[in-house]
Amino acid sequence: MTTATHRRVDRPGGVWALPALVLFGLFALLPMLLVGYLSLTAWNGLGNPSFIGMANWTRLFTDPAMLDSLRLSVLLTVLSWVIQTPISLLLGVWAAGRQRNRAVLSAIFFLPLLLSSAAIAVLWRALLDPNFGLAATLGPLVGFADGNIAGTPTGALLCVAFVASWQFIPLHTLFYQSGARQIPESLYEAALIDGASRVQQFRHITLPQLRNTIVSSSVLMVVGALTFFDTVLILTNGGPGTATYIVPFRMYTTAFRSYDYGYASAIAFALVLVATAISLLLVRVSGFARMRSTREGM
Amino acid sequence: MFKSLGRRGAVGATMVALLTALVGCGTTGPQGGAPDDGSVHVWVLEDDKMNAAQQQAADEFNKNSSVKVVIDRFSPDSYPDKLRVAMGSPNAPDVFFNWGGGSIKSYVQAGTLVDLTPTLDAKPQLKQAFLPAVLEAGGLDGKYYGIPLRGMQPVVLFYNRDVFANAGVQPPQSWNDLLSLIDTFKSRGITPFALGGATAWTELMWVEYLVDRYGGAEVFDRIVHGDQSAWRDPSVLQAAQTVQDLVDRGAFGTNFASVDYNSHAASTLLARGNAAMHLMGSWEYANQLQDDPDFARTKLGYTTFPGIEGGKGDPANLVGNPTNYFSVSAQSKNKDTAIAFLDQMATDSYVTKLLQAGDVPTTTSAQDRLGQSDNPEFATFQYNLVQRAPEFTQSWDQALDPNIGQAVITAIQQLFNKQLTPEQFVQTVEQAR
Repeated sequence: MTTATHRRVDRPGGVWALPALVLFGLFALLPMLLVGYLSLTAWNGLGNPSFIGMANWTRLFTDPAMLDSLRLSVLLTVLSWVIQTPISLLLGVWAAGRQRNRAVLSAIFFLPLLLSSAAIAVLWRALLDPNFGLAATLGPLVGFADGNIAGTPTGALLCVAFVASWQFIPLHTLFYQSGARQIPESLYEAALIDGASRVQQFRHITLPQLRNTIVSSSVLMVVGALTFFDTVLILTNGGPGTATYIVPFRMYTTAFRSYDYGYASAIAFALVLVATAISLLLVRVSGFARMRSTREGM
Repeated sequence: MFKSLGRRGAVGATMVALLTALVGCGTTGPQGGAPDDGSVHVWVLEDDKMNAAQQQAADEFNKNSSVKVVIDRFSPDSYPDKLRVAMGSPNAPDVFFNWGGGSIKSYVQAGTLVDLTPTLDAKPQLKQAFLPAVLEAGGLDGKYYGIPLRGMQPVVLFYNRDVFANAGVQPPQSWNDLLSLIDTFKSRGITPFALGGATAWTELMWVEYLVDRYGGAEVFDRIVHGDQSAWRDPSVLQAAQTVQDLVDRGAFGTNFASVDYNSHAASTLLARGNAAMHLMGSWEYANQLQDDPDFARTKLGYTTFPGIEGGKGDPANLVGNPTNYFSVSAQSKNKDTAIAFLDQMATDSYVTKLLQAGDVPTTTSAQDRLGQSDNPEFATFQYNLVQRAPEFTQSWDQALDPNIGQAVITAIQQLFNKQLTPEQFVQTVEQAR
């Protein structure tokens, strides 16, 4: 009895993975396989898909519009990372402390996390109205005299990056807060004795100790930005023109506005491959895969 | 032993819960589809006044029918793709709202619509109840697929009477009038034309009228019948150049690209007098009536889009949506009931409801009853426009195949925003597939 229990603790039976595997298989793997098949067909949603071989994929690699979408997606990803990481890192480390009012202010900072993406996008869309919205007042202060921020290609992309950051910084702040709370107090006490300043403490203790948190937060940000969609649909609708036609949005319009499900499936499948490859690459390059603990003494 | 049993029990319970969830999905059906409950499901767009009229029609029909009609309402934004998915599945609606033309073309080609020609031949009173041109626009290749369900929706030029009176000017009669009005209003700090440029189809209306006035209705008629080379007609390039000329003159102000029509931002500009005119579908009257009844009834003016000197198009030509239609799905299990329900669209009580909602019905009986409208003057104006129009071009985004239509309105937005030159615009739309 004792040995049997012991063996189970070491290596739980495969049946435990079943619920998760069934769900994953049914709602992730199966649709992915179907999309892979659809990408080899021409289908307008009615009748049966007709097999056309690699035609959609050839088109994917020669489509100049697709290249433009890819450029925008990469740009948005870089923008999101550059805006979100420093802010959530600093906020998170601050929120991990014991300052006065910290709890109240943190609660306020986390508010956007509680709103749905659609609600956030609708809210910002109203605020960006150049005549009656916040953009009419704030636009002139940031170089848009007529409030036409969302109406210019650069402005619209910045708006999307800004709204996405506004929405997701709280989540990443939460990661950094819990990460920073894990750092042993004794490290800071030792640094204090050595006469390290607060900036030095941050650079030489906090940052290295948060290394794994930075990697996981970054993977989430990058994959999230690559597959970002709902805010673009509601906030800019891909516009002005095609200025915010990022890859997932192009996939959506191809499928649900042009009814070209075959080509849209090829875009979707390529997106899955690229996002997976990038997250694997990030994990490998950062050494995260080895999962060594950064905590002192562990 | 006890422990492992407990575990097995937990796994079992999880599996049961999972299976129940899956089976549950299967029996109730996805939310978007029409459940197979033995009734006739009619899909319509969300619109309070119209839904009330449709519900009344359903109630009246249900009094004498064993198979009941149910009205299902959908948000306009996601309606076309919901419909597409449902029509490709076994849960298709029995009767559904559409725009005729390109919006039903692929359904007709896939054989998923009921040909209503025999029905209309068998019921001459129903066929004669509607204006022939409008009934024809709901069909394809000489066959009828749709019965008109709403009023006519020509695009007209709305204006703010107060703003015009203050400036001491009259609505434009000619293209030169229009150009001089732009300067007049600009010098008074008023945007000449409200334009919801964040919503591409509002800009499409300008291009539709300009191509018509320069080249006549036959240019787009060739395009819609698959002649992509018709985009090379000089009128298309002229229209594109005129668009950028208007933008350069400040006809739409400077920040139109981020004005959202759907949130009524453009309509509010006109109502508040920040803008003098607004080119929009006739449904704009109902919008203004809802937002500001006083403005809509007394200060909202309307006129036709002016002709262009030297252009081939008749200034009486119209663009817009002839109306919306109900079509019947070939998969419907209650086809006879579904078709019978369409008779309701021609009844006196339904026409009355439409008139009260501010619509001008496309029935032949409407002419004598315009007095019952919420605004008889505007109703008569619209009715006469449509009656006298030599050509009524359907909105391009509804008339064209969805993939081409999508590419064209995106290019039009880029043209207005100067992301494309007029020459590049012509090249882009010609290559749209």
